[in-house]
Amino acid sequence: MEKKEAKQEYWRWLEYHSVMPGKNWKNAEIITAGVDVGSVGSKAVVMTDGEIYSWSVMRTGSNSSDSAKKVLEWAMEDTGMSVKDINYIVGTGYGRVNVPMANKAITEIACHAKGANYIWGPTVRTVLDVGGQDVKAIRIDETGKVVSFLMNDKCAAGTGRGMEVIADLLQIPIEEVGKVSLSVTEDPKPVSSTCVVFAKTEAVGLLRQGWTKEKVLAAYMRAMAIRMSELIEKVGCEKDFVITGGQSKNIGIVHRVEKILGVKRLPVPNLEQTGLDPVSAGAIGAALYAKALHEKALRR
Amino acid sequence: MISAGMDLGTQRVKVVILKDQKIIGKSQQFSGFEPTKAAEQALQEALQQAKLTPKDIEHLTATGAGVNMAPNADSKISMMGADAKAGTYYFPSARTIIDVGAEDARAVKCDENGILQDFVVNARCAAGAGTFIEAMARALEVKLEDMGPLSLKAERASPINASCVIFAESDVVSLIHKEEPKTEIARAIFDAMAERVASMVLRLGVNKDIVLVGGVGKDEGFIASLKRRLGTEILIPEDPIYAGAVGAALVAAKRASRRR
Repeated sequence: MEKKEAKQEYWRWLEYHSVMPGKNWKNAEIITAGVDVGSVGSKAVVMTDGEIYSWSVMRTGSNSSDSAKKVLEWAMEDTGMSVKDINYIVGTGYGRVNVPMANKAITEIACHAKGANYIWGPTVRTVLDVGGQDVKAIRIDETGKVVSFLMNDKCAAGTGRGMEVIADLLQIPIEEVGKVSLSVTEDPKPVSSTCVVFAKTEAVGLLRQGWTKEKVLAAYMRAMAIRMSELIEKVGCEKDFVITGGQSKNIGIVHRVEKILGVKRLPVPNLEQTGLDPVSAGAIGAALYAKALHEKALRR
Repeated sequence: MISAGMDLGTQRVKVVILKDQKIIGKSQQFSGFEPTKAAEQALQEALQQAKLTPKDIEHLTATGAGVNMAPNADSKISMMGADAKAGTYYFPSARTIIDVGAEDARAVKCDENGILQDFVVNARCAAGAGTFIEAMARALEVKLEDMGPLSLKAERASPINASCVIFAESDVVSLIHKEEPKTEIARAIFDAMAERVASMVLRLGVNKDIVLVGGVGKDEGFIASLKRRLGTEILIPEDPIYAGAVGAALVAAKRASRRR
């Protein structure tokens, strides 16, 4: 028998979806949804009367509007709910203009701020959002409104996409890079450039010099963390501090940023019990805005 | 007088042998995992071409990103210094030399004697260097050498996020799915690179004549975009990839004559 070995895709991360147990959407007065089409991941959150009902996180395909439809359908899977049951949908993220079923599009900065406020409460002042193609440092007030922000969206250095490329190069599954990077006892000198192309060349050089994969990974993550910390320091890091976006799951990044800033992030709530997922903060914020907008429309 | 120049680039090693300022041997090798070995082989081939032996070389000067891995080098010269020397060797009227290699790009300003006066380099970002074209050719599933001719057929440029190699790759994939013509995507890639390179030149001021060297100096797509962006003619030597090695060999000749 011919045996064909598939090339392992080390960058591929787990997609997931779930429905809060014990809830029936048919009893809800208002059903809203937030759809966050990011450059790398698409997230959808469905809310019943302003509380999380179901969610889904999947990879963004080459077509933004298809991804928007798919991710929302996945969040509604096996619930009997369909798009027409939802009163109001807000689209957000890099591909927000391509969410065909959305009633309105809102920037991901506003949505992440709102989502962080909902997940962790009114004490949150600084949000670091690290997505697939950008890094944002956002200052927010006690209502979850944006006070100021800085973002880097011109360069893959320090983004999730850059992490995927390095994971592939080092052949370490993306879900494990954080843990693996923390297995070195002391961080080596960071790679000199976070440009993913240059870092790849530098990583190959370091491997050639006999560095272990773990050490090279730690050097890259250290450089990523420095870059993120610089952005946060520019906007000003006021407590409480939280991290949202895909890289909030990367403990290698989280630990290093906390160490550089000298500030701990607020802990991540248990996803299964609460539905509060930092990766979906933008979609949660969008679903909350959707509720507010729907109520406003009803009052008219 | 026999001198040699060795340019250890991030992708290729180039060696040039000069006899009384004339090129009598040249060779290039992929740097690979062992740049020193590649350099030795390139030197050997260049010597064979010149019908010489290593003993005949009075002085060898090395340059390039891997300068510290150069075998048999008598001295070193900066990449900018080598560009200035080579540019004025090819074209005495040269005052600006643009060098676009695999991972490095720079603009160099020099005087009539080929003495370096000022320079700008593309530190920390690969979007303005040759590797950008390679990555995009892969994404487009087009041979590297076909990228230029393809781009010249375009009537307009596609909109892409050309500020970063990694982001541009995913944009290109989306554009292919939208059935955007490859010609226009290729044109967008060269326009974006030209924009980056031109911004370095403009920081030095447009001092004519402008010479383009480095591996990308052979790419007609890039040349067309750069000419359009700078609005001026650009001089290009016959074998632009050897410029760094030629510059180093010229410096070697000068250093050898000074030692006599």
